[in-house]
Amino acid sequence: MRRIIAWFVLIILVAFLASGALLMHPFGYPPSDMDDYMIANSQAETANNNVVAAVLFDYRGLDTLGEATVLFTAVTGALLLFRAVRRKEDKG
Amino acid sequence: MMQYIPYNIPFIAVAALVGVALFILIFKRNLIKVIMGIAILGAGVNLFLVTLGYRAGGVAPIYTASPDGIMVLPVPQALTLTNIVITVSVIALMLTMVMFTYRHMGDIDANKSRLLRG
Amino acid sequence: MLSKIVRTIANQLIVFILVFGLYIVMHGHVTPGGGFQGGAVIASGAVMMIVAFGSREIKKSLRERHLSLVESGGALIFIGMAFAGMGTIFFYNFLVGTPVFGGIPPTGPNPGNIWTGGVIPLMNLGVGLKVTAGLSAVVLAMALFISGEEMEE
Repeated sequence: MRRIIAWFVLIILVAFLASGALLMHPFGYPPSDMDDYMIANSQAETANNNVVAAVLFDYRGLDTLGEATVLFTAVTGALLLFRAVRRKEDKG
Repeated sequence: MMQYIPYNIPFIAVAALVGVALFILIFKRNLIKVIMGIAILGAGVNLFLVTLGYRAGGVAPIYTASPDGIMVLPVPQALTLTNIVITVSVIALMLTMVMFTYRHMGDIDANKSRLLRG
Repeated sequence: MLSKIVRTIANQLIVFILVFGLYIVMHGHVTPGGGFQGGAVIASGAVMMIVAFGSREIKKSLRERHLSLVESGGALIFIGMAFAGMGTIFFYNFLVGTPVFGGIPPTGPNPGNIWTGGVIPLMNLGVGLKVTAGLSAVVLAMALFISGEEMEE
């Protein structure tokens, strides 16, 4: 009984994905207003030749701050798990 | 040569990748295979972000010694860089937890190794 | 620990990997690249040393206290550069026009100049240090857990 419900859910999700893939905008002509402004004015305002680096660190710097926090939290959590075993073997 | 691609093939490839990843997440019980499914899901989303901002016949958005032509959109490429780093961090944390589950329970089957069952 | 040929080649190759990774980090505002990509290249060099020499030999050189200091220092450099432009707004680019790193490139395609970019090269350095130390610490902890059952201090 469970496998019938699982197959049903999977077929509905794949139908949503396929219909979404066929209704997108034609490949190669995206709508772009914000990116035209960034390409045209990036050398005068941020003094930078690389537009992707200017977007990552200047126009959208708060996203990079959030990502640095996620990286720091994941490394701290992984090293914390490896340390807890030694304390238990020491006391027990 | 990249100016004419018939009818949205990259978006259909993204739908196929995410479909395979969903099949793995629903039907497999081994914990290592579930983590592989999550990695395939992350790769599918990255491909979707990159092919969302492609202009026909464009060059890379860098001004240092660039050839002539219009530039592709730079914002989806910045979002893809952030997404790759976050996916690697989350998979490292999940692999650590699977290693500790195997050490305590002796088994990595998702139905047999449950802590609250007794 | 692998054979003598592998150890000799790994000793020679680590110099080139470190220089290449540092080049990608420092030229992040002229060519494609930046902090995250260069940090991943240097961390892969550290993984090559762990595979060639065994994790107990590398544990004597890469202590956990030093890696933790480097990672925290990189994060503090990044946040410090963001707070230093607090006169106008958070994350303001206050080095454009000053002779330290500011120099406005001419419009259109041009051969790149490294003394441009404002506050972005210093942010690249901070992020590169942080990613290197973080990824190396995680891989070293996993390798020590598998072989020998000796935890890190």
